[in-house]
Amino acid sequence: MQIVARLATGGTILDITGDIDLAHSPAMRKALLQEIKEKKTPKVFLNLEKVRYIDSSGIASLVEGLKASRDQGSRLILYGLSKTVREVMELSRLQKIFEIHDSEAQALAS
Amino acid sequence: MLLKLELQSNPEALCLVRAAVERAAEVLHFQDSDTRAIVRSVDEALANVVRHAYAGKPGLPIEMSCYKLPGGEQKTAQGGMEILLVDKGVPVRPAALKSRPLDEVRPGGLGLHFIRESMDEVEFSRKKGKNLLRMVKYLSPIPQAASSEGE
Repeated sequence: MQIVARLATGGTILDITGDIDLAHSPAMRKALLQEIKEKKTPKVFLNLEKVRYIDSSGIASLVEGLKASRDQGSRLILYGLSKTVREVMELSRLQKIFEIHDSEAQALAS
Repeated sequence: MLLKLELQSNPEALCLVRAAVERAAEVLHFQDSDTRAIVRSVDEALANVVRHAYAGKPGLPIEMSCYKLPGGEQKTAQGGMEILLVDKGVPVRPAALKSRPLDEVRPGGLGLHFIRESMDEVEFSRKKGKNLLRMVKYLSPIPQAASSEGE
C-alpha cells in the first residue's frame, strides 16, 4: 500500500493505493491521525479510488480518524469508493456516518 | 479438494491468500459479489487467527483448505465451497464470539460480523488442541437472463 499526501483547497488529500488490510491499516491510521491530530488539518480528504480492498481493521482506522476529526472540529471526507469498499461500508452500516463523495471534484466542492 | 495452503501468521500473507481464494471461487463460477464475500470472510477469519488466537505473534502455523461441494439437494442444489481453517492458537471461546452492536460507532469488533453476514454457514470448534473454523458458501442460482449471456 502507498500513501501520498498533496495539498488541496482547505486541506490535504491522502491518495491511497493498494489494499488496506491487517498488514497495512496501521500505516493508514498513522497517516490519518498525523494529519488530523498533529497537523490539525481542517479538511482531510481520503482518496480511495485506487483501493482494491479494505478489511475490518481498515474500517476501524477510518472510524478512529472520524472520531479524531470530530474531536478536533475538522472534517474527514472520503471519495472514490470502489464496489468492494462500498460493500464493506454497507456491511459495517457506517456509510451514513462518514462523509462520502463519488469524485474528487465533488469532495473538494463540499 | 480444490486448494490447500499452509501459511504462517504473518499479515503480509493475507494478500496472497485473498488472491488464491478469489481464483478458486471464480473457478467454481461464483458470482462476483459472492466471490468478494468469500474472499472477505477468509481474510477476516485469518486476521482473527493472527490477532487473537496467536496474539499477533508471526511465524505460527495456519492451514487453509477449500473443498468443492457437490450440488443436489434443495437450497444446495448448485453446490458450493467449504473452507476449513485450522490453527494451534489459544482456544476460541464461543461465548466471546459476539459481533459488537453496529449502532456503536467505535473501532473494532466488525470482523466476525462480516464473516457471519457473508457466509451461509459458520462453525467454530476445538479438536485435539486446534481451533477449527468451517465456513460454507453455496452457489446462488444464476438468473435466466444472466445464464444465457455469452452462450
